[in-house]
Amino acid sequence: MQVVVDMNKCQDHGQCVFAAPDVFRFDDEGRLAHVAAPDESLRAEVEEAADVCPLQAIRIED
Amino acid sequence: MNAPIVVAGAAMAGLRAAEQLRAAGWTGPITLVGSEPHMPYNRPPLSKEVLAGKASFDSLAFRPRPDVHDVRWRLGTTVVRADLDRQVVELDDGETLPYRGLVVATGMRPRRLPCPGPVPGRHTVRTLDDARGLREALTRPGVRVVVVGAGFIGCEVAATAIALGAAEVTVVDPMPLPMAGPLGELLAGALLGRHEQRGIRFALGTGVTAFHGDDRVTGVALADGRVLAADVVVESVGSAANTEWFEGNGLDLSDGVLTDEHLRVGGRPEVIAVGDVARFPNARYDGVPRRVEHWSIPTDTAKHAAKVLTAHLTGTDAGLAPFAPLPTFWSDQHDFRLQSFGAPALGKDDVRVLDGDLDGDVLVGYHHADRLVGVVALGGRAAAAAAARYRAELLKQPSLIA
Repeated sequence: MQVVVDMNKCQDHGQCVFAAPDVFRFDDEGRLAHVAAPDESLRAEVEEAADVCPLQAIRIED
Repeated sequence: MNAPIVVAGAAMAGLRAAEQLRAAGWTGPITLVGSEPHMPYNRPPLSKEVLAGKASFDSLAFRPRPDVHDVRWRLGTTVVRADLDRQVVELDDGETLPYRGLVVATGMRPRRLPCPGPVPGRHTVRTLDDARGLREALTRPGVRVVVVGAGFIGCEVAATAIALGAAEVTVVDPMPLPMAGPLGELLAGALLGRHEQRGIRFALGTGVTAFHGDDRVTGVALADGRVLAADVVVESVGSAANTEWFEGNGLDLSDGVLTDEHLRVGGRPEVIAVGDVARFPNARYDGVPRRVEHWSIPTDTAKHAAKVLTAHLTGTDAGLAPFAPLPTFWSDQHDFRLQSFGAPALGKDDVRVLDGDLDGDVLVGYHHADRLVGVVALGGRAAAAAAARYRAELLKQPSLIA
């Protein structure tokens, strides 16, 4: 599972960080950072993070 | 009988319901019926990026989860009647669909002002087609805009219109401050100032009595006797639930579809309601059933209700505690964002500045019985991040029900 975030769309709402804290976080500058190839066991979390992104900036590629 | 789960409504709530039914283990057929001709799309950009000409439909369209590839889409079709005893719905093309489960996801439509006068020149912003029409009107040179309704959408549209170069933008509302209903007077006062600094005019404490003009709007008459010249009017005066099709089943449809604490309708375990049409009690707060028009509600309700419905249809126990979402909403206006967690409207009588000051980035806390029930940030990215830091604390708060 590959997680792709369109940083041109991202507006730092942080909803993904709440939904999948093992995959998404804010770095020290307040920019979104994420694990590009998380473990398959985190798929449900990542799907939820993609759903709750207000900008629909998160995509899962298999 | 291999009847499907019928999802009435194919916008965000309908899509999320279908996806969550699959996630909950429902492998049977699903049919989505939606009035709009478009696949489900994201609405927040309609009052901002779409009006500003910065977003295409492709960028708005939701990407459905892969496991709903087999659902049946009936777009451009409306459910006109439901018979809950016979477990059938009727569509506007004459077809009758039996169902095993029914998901009410028909959402809202904009209220219109019941004032005399011409209709051309008057707009609402609910659908993609609405926003496209309004954009065309707003991009004419020297346009004078009157926005009726100083809520979030009205203020977002006003901000977008002034940024597009409108000659005049005036927001009219019977209340004395914009957005005071959800936010309280302290922040509402700060917001009024920020909008005025950026060129928005306000006519507050007065309502609209009539529209002037022959074949299209040229002015808006106010209750205080003034007439505002207008080439474009945007009506942003709240919304009405799309529940007419659901009448005749003896249910409480006084404001949306009343549900129990698991989003079930009318004591029927095979019927659930999701999205902003659902009027549900929130066990996190006072248990009073309310409709909630936040962006996150379609996903939150779908997730809970789909588990409940799937468990019923498969004869298992969902084993869920009552639905208790943590509300969250935001609004982007000009160059600032409002970010809210919790239920500020329940704590409007005890508002405290937690960080910053009202002229700059500010974080405000709302309290009920000395307990923090909501936080709202106003400002840039750092303010929103500060609000988010209170989210865990809000989640930990016990129920307000004594």
